[in-house]
Amino acid sequence: MIRGMIIELGHFALILSLAVAIVQGTVPLIGAHKRWYGWMAVAEPAATIQFLLVAASFGALTYAFVTSDFSLQLVVANSHTDKPMIYKISGVWGNHEGSMLLWVLILALFGAMAAWFGGNLPPTLRARVLGVQSLIAVAFLLFIILTSNPFTRLEVPPFNGQDLNPLLQDPGLAFHPPFLYLGYVGLSICFSFAVAALIEGRVDAAWGRWVRPWTLLSWICLSIGIGLGSWWAYYELGWGGFWFWDPVENASFMPWLIAAALLHSAIVVEKRESLKSWTILLAIMAFGFSLIGTFIVRSGVITSVHAFANDPERGVFILGILAVFMGGALTLYAARAGALTAKGVFGVVSRESLLVMNNILLAVAALVVFVGTIWPLVAEVTLGRKLSVGPPFFNMAFTPFMVVLALLLPIGAMLPWKRAKMGRVFLQLSGAFVLSLSLAALVWAMQTGRSALGPVGLFLGAWLVSGAVVDLASRTGRGDITARLRRVMRLPRADWGKAIAHAGLGITIFGIAGLMAWEQEDIRVMNIGDTAIVDDLTIRMDDVEQVRGPNYFSTMGVFTILKDGQELYTLRPEKRVYPVAAMPTTEADIHNGFWRDVYLVIGDAQESGGFAVRTYLKPFANWIWAGSIIMALGGVFSLSDRRYRVAAGARKTAKASGAVPAE
Amino acid sequence: MKKLFLILSLMLATPVAAVQPDEILADPAMEERARDISAGLRCLVCRNESIDESNAELARDLRLLVRERLVAGDTNDEVVDFVVDRYGEYVLLRPTLTGANLVLWIAGPVMLLIALAVGGAYIARRRKDGPEGAKPALSDAEQARLDEILSQ
Repeated sequence: MIRGMIIELGHFALILSLAVAIVQGTVPLIGAHKRWYGWMAVAEPAATIQFLLVAASFGALTYAFVTSDFSLQLVVANSHTDKPMIYKISGVWGNHEGSMLLWVLILALFGAMAAWFGGNLPPTLRARVLGVQSLIAVAFLLFIILTSNPFTRLEVPPFNGQDLNPLLQDPGLAFHPPFLYLGYVGLSICFSFAVAALIEGRVDAAWGRWVRPWTLLSWICLSIGIGLGSWWAYYELGWGGFWFWDPVENASFMPWLIAAALLHSAIVVEKRESLKSWTILLAIMAFGFSLIGTFIVRSGVITSVHAFANDPERGVFILGILAVFMGGALTLYAARAGALTAKGVFGVVSRESLLVMNNILLAVAALVVFVGTIWPLVAEVTLGRKLSVGPPFFNMAFTPFMVVLALLLPIGAMLPWKRAKMGRVFLQLSGAFVLSLSLAALVWAMQTGRSALGPVGLFLGAWLVSGAVVDLASRTGRGDITARLRRVMRLPRADWGKAIAHAGLGITIFGIAGLMAWEQEDIRVMNIGDTAIVDDLTIRMDDVEQVRGPNYFSTMGVFTILKDGQELYTLRPEKRVYPVAAMPTTEADIHNGFWRDVYLVIGDAQESGGFAVRTYLKPFANWIWAGSIIMALGGVFSLSDRRYRVAAGARKTAKASGAVPAE
Repeated sequence: MKKLFLILSLMLATPVAAVQPDEILADPAMEERARDISAGLRCLVCRNESIDESNAELARDLRLLVRERLVAGDTNDEVVDFVVDRYGEYVLLRPTLTGANLVLWIAGPVMLLIALAVGGAYIARRRKDGPEGAKPALSDAEQARLDEILSQ
């Protein structure tokens, strides 16, 4: 009885939150327009209440999953009493309805955070930001309540549920969606800031400083989310692929690219009061791509036009949201952007110019991914041509942008603002350049006859990492080494963050290139007692066991890996069957190493006896994710910089912007 | 809901890696070519997977077909053409350069050129202009709004 009550209360809280969102989406905006301070003040408590209500609703749904309440349709379809607790919880967002509720929860959380930490924003700007943010919440709450209600009850509850897709029962994937959503939805704040600024008709350095932490936060979460997803694919899908250029992956990658561009252009707004109108456009586009991503994932339109046609309700709804918000924002942009004039003057050779280049490369790269992702759809709908756009296209069309970006990055990072002399920076970076080039040349010579991918990746990686070191070193001035070390430790955290993130990018680029260039693979049939020699390792199959897990059956191979007759370690790859979901999965066993992973997969039993066994040697695989973590860590450093602590920055600049009301 | 679950499982159902030991050709050079070709051909019943990665029955048939053609003496291009004749251009993971597909291929370079031109023009303007230079004319509405802000 109480159980039923909690779920109905959750449902009620969701509907109530819509009412609050409607109030928050209208009253403060009218108030800001009419300068009615009482009306504007509604925004802050409303944002808090809205968050609490959505949180209560999400809590109720989580409770239903945890207690396996099979009177809820969603729980029946996605859970099972035998499922481990962590997956009962992650099952809440492992489905369409629940994941949309998580989406809105995070949206409300960001809105509330903007209210809590935005105390020093000018009152009209703050009211407008919170109002616009709440309008997004209205749209998505309507979407949930009208098309995807997670609280749909069953009249006759079944005895047990249908279980969550076993591939999703994995720690990597349990936390992949929340991080991605934090990133996607975090960009909504940047969007709200952009639209609010357009309504205000004013973008200044203070605006850049307010937007940057939110962009950073979103970008960090997207980096972690994408990294987790790719790591999951690597160890779960059974052959160690880590990126497939799948529409769903691209959906998260495009906002990441745009957020990275926004991150950099907001610096120019903050420091140099230039690139304003472009930065506003980027902020709108970043959230636009988040919405497009949500549309792609939630409508299934890219997977199959027919899946979409059969069940168009949700897809059309999200498309409607996309059209209203993007159409509205871009119209506003067209009307107002002209009024945003740049102040800063800079030369052709300057950090500003290189940041413009950074933005061009990132934005065009994102558009290339976008065109490739929707091309099959466009071709089918307009030309009736059924075609595919797969990894070979993306690798060819996308990679050059990243190569050029990586080449320019260390130079741009060190160029002074305003006007610079290229020669000086070249001189500072010459050591890093020569080092990187010699490393690449050495490897090129060692690997004779193989593709240039490895050496090029090594060059770019080394160039980025050593460039970041030179960047930090150049800020310590002259003097003896201890004094310089002391000074480098005292550099602002934002400078450290920048160097760390750039080095992380280098490590990821090298990891990807190294893995793709130097991977080794061995496929064969093995019987118990057989050995296989792969590179310098000997793989011995010791046993095959039948194992029973909590909600699956497993065929587990036991392998010993030897080198020079020495036993190194044992690997136990599995092939599992989840009876409830009627699905087999492959659980590779991986020995993670600094230089390479040994990736072992056991396949089907062969008719002639024995098992298909695959051994992959995957050099530098871990560097890909280590690099992503380092990039995210750089973001965290930058975010923790005193200058960007939202309140501190706002206090200082609120005064400044008071003196210069408009441009 | 059931449908969604099905879609989700189709989306993710790729449990076992592809090439089976009995498919591998004796000639390593020819096997290498077969792998290269396979990586560029789509598994028709899968979601965005090449036949080289897919575990589906149809992918296996296609892998065997590719190897058969190679053993019969076809060049790589002939093998790909053979498969495309049978299954349509949908099997190609790398779209051809024909007809409307040109748009797909040149979209990146063209956008880059446009962006470089616009960016270059912007940088050139920023170099010349003083802070007061090149202010775009304001519409009446904008002027009114600006006055409103200024009057505060």
